[in-house]
Amino acid sequence: MNFDVLKGPWDIVVVGGGNAALCAAITSAEEGARVLILESAPKTYRGGNSRHTRNFRCMHEGPLSVLTDSYGEDEYFDDLMLVTKGKTDEPLARLAIRSSEECLPWMEAHGVRFQPSLSGTLSLSRTNAFFLGGGKALVNAYYNTAEDLGVTVVYDAEVTHVHIEGDRFTHLVAQIGGKTHTIEGKAAVLASGGFQSNLEWLTRAWGPAAANFLIRGTPYNKGAVLRDMLDQGCESVGDPTQCHAVAIDGRAPKFDGGIVTRLDCVPFSIVVNCDAERFYDEGEDVWPKRYAIWGRLVAAQPDQVGYAIIDSKSIDLFMPSVFPPNRADTIEELGAQLGLDGAKLASTVSEFNAACRTGRFHPTELDGLATEGLAQPKTNWARPIDTPPYYGYQLRPGVTFTYLGLKVSETAQVYTASGPLSNVWAAGEIMAGSILGQGYLAGFGMTIGTVFGRIAGREAAAYVN
Amino acid sequence: MSIDLINEARRQTEICNACRYCEGFCSVFPALTRNKMFTDGDITHLANLCHNCRGCYYSCQYTAPHEFDLNFPAALAEVRQDSWERHAWPQPLARRFHESGVAIASMLIVGFVVLFGMLQTFRPASGEGFYAYLAHGAMVSLFLPAFLLPLLSVIIGLRSYWQEIGGTRIRWNHIKGAGLAAARLKNLDGGQGQGCNFEHEDRYSNTRRWLHQAVMYGFLLCFAATSAGTVMHYVFDMPAPYGLFSLPKLLGVPGGILLTIGCVGLAWLKTKADPSLGAARVWGGEMAFIALLGGTGATGLALYAATGTALVPVLLAVHLGFVLVFFLLLPFTKMIHGFFRFVTLIVEEQKRRA
Repeated sequence: MNFDVLKGPWDIVVVGGGNAALCAAITSAEEGARVLILESAPKTYRGGNSRHTRNFRCMHEGPLSVLTDSYGEDEYFDDLMLVTKGKTDEPLARLAIRSSEECLPWMEAHGVRFQPSLSGTLSLSRTNAFFLGGGKALVNAYYNTAEDLGVTVVYDAEVTHVHIEGDRFTHLVAQIGGKTHTIEGKAAVLASGGFQSNLEWLTRAWGPAAANFLIRGTPYNKGAVLRDMLDQGCESVGDPTQCHAVAIDGRAPKFDGGIVTRLDCVPFSIVVNCDAERFYDEGEDVWPKRYAIWGRLVAAQPDQVGYAIIDSKSIDLFMPSVFPPNRADTIEELGAQLGLDGAKLASTVSEFNAACRTGRFHPTELDGLATEGLAQPKTNWARPIDTPPYYGYQLRPGVTFTYLGLKVSETAQVYTASGPLSNVWAAGEIMAGSILGQGYLAGFGMTIGTVFGRIAGREAAAYVN
Repeated sequence: MSIDLINEARRQTEICNACRYCEGFCSVFPALTRNKMFTDGDITHLANLCHNCRGCYYSCQYTAPHEFDLNFPAALAEVRQDSWERHAWPQPLARRFHESGVAIASMLIVGFVVLFGMLQTFRPASGEGFYAYLAHGAMVSLFLPAFLLPLLSVIIGLRSYWQEIGGTRIRWNHIKGAGLAAARLKNLDGGQGQGCNFEHEDRYSNTRRWLHQAVMYGFLLCFAATSAGTVMHYVFDMPAPYGLFSLPKLLGVPGGILLTIGCVGLAWLKTKADPSLGAARVWGGEMAFIALLGGTGATGLALYAATGTALVPVLLAVHLGFVLVFFLLLPFTKMIHGFFRFVTLIVEEQKRRA
């Protein structure tokens, strides 16, 4: 590539190439700023985790675009409180929620297309707007818009150091095309994600078990800029020992498996560990709670693995899986296929079956069909597993994102112990822990990224103009 | 049936069915959510429902270098192409002409030679207009079989295709739904009217859709012009040539213009698009077919423009050569896609309403 382009002069250097970075770049370019985006991934993998996302959670006072009915600030905030159990910065959270309503028309005006809820997710048609074609289509639209605005994008550009002198950013250091480059700008927007694909860091936080985790998203979120900023005295929020993990298909790729690795079979199954023993109430709740807890549950089992066992009555009750399940005519045989003690699995199943009662089974709501007399009960959808063929899926923890991030102000300025940096802003997952300290709310990551990306872009442009 | 092609398309279909992000682009994605398991016939049906807009490819998280290595438009294009060649009758001709632009060009030359020969041999003692150069009887004896035999071949092919994809009893609603989708080229509109991702990578454009409309309506107008001429000749005893304000010309001239412009445009777009997102093997054959179709329109216009000049005999032979080859190759070129698509749209209406 022609490295002359890196010399600038740049008004704003945006680190990262996902949703938040692009919202910032577009907003500041529209204010007339000369903007450079440094994306660590190659072009085909650009967009960070945004390319795996698919929807945007949006407050709205009445029907808005594809969204039906209304979804007010308080209801949205209550939903957030339910998943975070209060681990949120309320003013920032309310700012994100309130601003989401004006974001949706802005997104449409910048090339994003929405469609009605996808089949299988109808419960979200009121709260979440789905991108036509998913997150990669959104990312493509934003790159095209940015290009039309004259934003320069450099791919395969890994930023290793953001140089801070006093309260100011002066330049940054990046590895591009096998060379080290120093890039100067008047302001910086940091939107380079979390550290979930940095396995070494994950292992420090989670212990050796992390070696068995699968990373659902991009392999490029290594947290280099986050680490660098924390090392330079920036304040952090969120829990460094936590990451958001869901239970996904154990055969998924190590990185970048994305949406298709999800397994929705847990409520209709019994889940056993590698000793063929059940360890949690599979019928505790429907999405999203069930989805969010099983990663952690599986991570706590020996070898970080679980096995969901269902019978032919349930095989069509959930979204198709990307890999076909193991299948056998007897539980013993299924157990052997999965690498379990078949006899032990058969006894776990028959013990479970004996505890099932008759009653009304209703797959889409809490039906109260619970086991009786089991030390480890199943409180809903408990039907005997007795109709061959039997099916089994291996489960592993799939990490979606990390919570540790930079502390920011309501204007997205990055904080140090002695106050905000004068020309550094942050947006997206690198600061999302301020708002989402625990749990997850579908489509909220995109809300945070869009709202704070636009704020960061606006503030940075105002600073340089 | 190529098991490899079907199995590869099935592998990709199952991944798409677990993702479903592309649901809003075209009819393929809602169709695939009907199933969890896909028979070979299901895959063939999906393949012929795909209009190769490529929206799904450019939106896909799982394209190479990702290990899932999805290229859904190409996988379906391969199956689709294979289905046209498999159902074609007589079988040995199919693959040759689909794949080979040279074969089509050679056939065209043969067409000229035959017609020039006939011009020389069958030049009548009397006759007006075109019939001054080629007797009406000679024209009919050449073109009637050249028209009817390919149609018979198409019908034979569509019958076995219909059985493969599970067509049921046709009702008016099915034809209406399919007709509306075809008339608007709905499956090229990107789901929201923004068009496809054909020629500018991930940017949307309706250029391909509009140009394809020009070709489709241009062709239908030309066909209507020919039909009108036939009816005027036989029913009303009004033989050619026809003046500008006659039905054959009022239909044929705009039709020829649309057909020519559309074909030139589609050929140009084809050079802009990434060939690896289609059936790369038949790229040359498709280009030759576009040239054949566009050439049919352009030579027809040229022939009309040359009325009364010395160029008429040459242009007549050239135009009739194009027409002859177009019809003879109809079951074995990209032209067959129109028939397969329409039948697929009908069956899709049936499956959707079932």
